[in-house]
Amino acid sequence: MHLGLDEPMRECQYNQICTRNSSPMETSGHKKKRTPRRKWQIFPGRNRFYCNGRVMMARQTGVFYLTLVLIMVTSGLFFAFEWNNPPFQMVTELRFRQADGIYSTQSTVNLCCPFLASNLTPAIPVIGGVLFVFVLGMLFRASFSDPGVLPRATPDEAADLERQIDAANGPSGPGYRPPPRIREVVINGQTVKLKYCFTCKIFRPPRASHCSLCDNCVERFDHHCPWVGNCVGKRNYRFFYLFILSLSFLTVFIFAFVITHVILRSNRTGFLSALKDSPARYPFTGAECVLWSILGLSGFHTYLISSNQTTNEDIKGSWSTKRAKDNYNPYSYGNILTNCCAALCGPLPPSLIDRRGFIQPDTPQPVLHSNGSSMYTSTQLHTHMCDQEHCIQSTKLVLQAAATPLLHSDPVMMGGGGPPLPGKSSLGDPCASLAPSQPSLPSSMPGLGCAGDMLILRDPDTHCHHHHFVSPEETPSPGPMPLTLPCAAHMTHGGHINPAQLYGPASQDSLHEDSVRGLVKLSSV
Amino acid sequence: MAETHNLQDLQHQAAVASKVYVQRDYNSGTICRFQTKFPSELESRVDRQQFEETIQTLNNLYAEAEKIGGKSYLEGCLACMTAYTIFLCMETHYEKVLKKIARFIKEQNEKIYAPLGLLLTDPIERGLRVVEITIFEDRSIGSGR
Repeated sequence: MHLGLDEPMRECQYNQICTRNSSPMETSGHKKKRTPRRKWQIFPGRNRFYCNGRVMMARQTGVFYLTLVLIMVTSGLFFAFEWNNPPFQMVTELRFRQADGIYSTQSTVNLCCPFLASNLTPAIPVIGGVLFVFVLGMLFRASFSDPGVLPRATPDEAADLERQIDAANGPSGPGYRPPPRIREVVINGQTVKLKYCFTCKIFRPPRASHCSLCDNCVERFDHHCPWVGNCVGKRNYRFFYLFILSLSFLTVFIFAFVITHVILRSNRTGFLSALKDSPARYPFTGAECVLWSILGLSGFHTYLISSNQTTNEDIKGSWSTKRAKDNYNPYSYGNILTNCCAALCGPLPPSLIDRRGFIQPDTPQPVLHSNGSSMYTSTQLHTHMCDQEHCIQSTKLVLQAAATPLLHSDPVMMGGGGPPLPGKSSLGDPCASLAPSQPSLPSSMPGLGCAGDMLILRDPDTHCHHHHFVSPEETPSPGPMPLTLPCAAHMTHGGHINPAQLYGPASQDSLHEDSVRGLVKLSSV
Repeated sequence: MAETHNLQDLQHQAAVASKVYVQRDYNSGTICRFQTKFPSELESRVDRQQFEETIQTLNNLYAEAEKIGGKSYLEGCLACMTAYTIFLCMETHYEKVLKKIARFIKEQNEKIYAPLGLLLTDPIERGLRVVEITIFEDRSIGSGR
C-alpha cells in the first residue's frame, strides 16, 4: 500500500511544474477580472495575517492579548492612582512652600524622604509615560513582524535537492557517512550539522529551526514566545530583548513608586494596613507578580546576547564544554561588546517572504505541506491536495486505532534524527530553563517557571504546544508526523521504505515522546 | 518585475530545458554567501571564469549588506532611539544594497546570460537560499547549442 502510494505521490509532486505552467493561461484570464491576490493569502505556514499582510502573528494570540492587558492595566492603575496621590502632591507642595519661604507641617514630613525630595515632579510621570510607550512599541514590533521565516522551497528546488541526496546516497560502502538528510559544514573550526526540513524541503541554514507551532523554518530561531504571540528569530530578537528590558525598567519603576507611596502612608498607620487600604495595592500586586520573572528573563537574555547564543542552543547545550572538551561557539565574536552590538545594532535583514507581493501567474509556488495549510492554498493546487487529503484521512484512521498502544511502543521517528534532548527539562517555556542554567539568579526564579507552567496547565492544548517550544528542531510540525507511519515512503521520496529511516536509535527517547504526543494530538483533531 | 518580463519574452521563443541551483555556502557562518563551484550543467553554456566572477561579485555585495561596522551601528542606534520609526521614512542599508544587487543581476542577465540562453534569478526571490539559473532551449533561434 505504501509503495503504491509512493510513486503517484512522487509523480504528483514533480508534475506540479507542468500543471502550473499550463494553467496560468486559463487563470490569467480569471486574474484579469479578479483582484490580484497577495502572497500572504497563500502562505503555507500556520500564521495569521492582518492589515492586508502588514501584520504577521502566530495562530494562537490569546496570551498576547493577556500580555497587553496586564501591561496596560498595571500602568493605567499606576498613572491613575499615583498621579493624584501623596508622593507627587507632597513634593509639589514642598516646592511651592520653598518658593514662598514658608514651610508647612505637612511638607516637613516629606523632607524625610530623600529620593522624593530630590526628584523633579513632572519628570516622574513623563519618564513613566515614555517607558510605557517604548514597551508597547517594542511589543508590537516583536509581535507583528516577520521573525525571519524562510520561504519553502519551490518544487524545482525540492526536486533538485532530492536528486542530490539520491546521488549522495548512491554508493553504499563501509566507513562513516552522515545520514542522507544531514549535511555537515565546518564553521570557524566547529562541525555543524545542517538538517533537512521535511516540511519546507530545504536544508536548514545554521541556527535555523522549524517551529512546530507556526510550521515555518525560522532563521536564528530563539524560541516561540506565547506572550508575544510570535516566534522570536533573527529579525525580531532585538525588539523582543528591548521589550523585556524596557518592561523590567517599567516594572521596577512602578514597583519603586508604589512602595514609596505605601511607606509614606505607613508613617501614619502600619505598613500592612497602609498596604491594605491604599489603592496602590493594585499596581503593587500586578508589578510584583511579574517583576522577578521579567528581571530574570532580561538577565538570561542579556547573557545569551553577550555570548551570542540562542535560547534553543543554550537549552540543548550545543556549545557547552560538557558535550566535548573542544566545543565552543563558532558564531561568537569573542568579545562581549561586539556580540551585544551585533545582536542589537547590527543590520536588520529584510523579510524573505514578501507577504504583500502579488502572486505572479508564472511564479513557482512552494511545495505545500499536506497539513492544515490547505486553507491557504489557491484553487490551482486542489488536485494536488486531493491525494494528500486521502493520505491524511487514512493516516488519521490508523492513528486513532493505534493511539493507545503507541504511547507504550518503541520509538518510531522521522528520518534524519539529531542529538538527544535534555529530556524533561524541555517541559515548560524556555524561561523555565533559567533555573538549571543560571544558579546565580534570585531564588524566586522558579516563580517564573511556575507562572509559565500554570498557564500551560490551564490549557492542555497549550501544554502540548508549549512542550514543543524548546525542541522545535527535533519535533517537526505535527503535520508530517502522521505521514511517518503509513506514508513514510512519501516523506523519504525513495522508491522503498528504509527501515533505518523509520526506526531511529534508542537515544531518540525525547524525540519519541514529542512525536508520540504530536501523533496522539493529531488523532484527536 | 524586469526578470519576469525577460522570462516571458524568452518563453515566447524558448522552452525551459532545466534549472540549475547554486546553493549557499555556510563555511563562513550564517552570512549570505553562495558556492562558487561551477555547476557541470553550465559547462557548455558559459565561461567558467565569467560565472565565478558573477557569483563572487554577488557574494561581495551581500557581505557589504551584512557588514557590521560603524555605519551599521550608527543606523542601529539611531533606529533604536527613534523606536524604529525612522524606517518609515528611510530604507535600511540592507535594502539599499538589495536594490543594487537587483540592478546588478538585471545587467548581468542582459549583457551576458540572456544571449547565452540563461537567466539568473535574484536570490531574494528564492528566500536567499539559492541562485537559480534557468537554462532555455532555443527553438526558433539556434544559439548556444
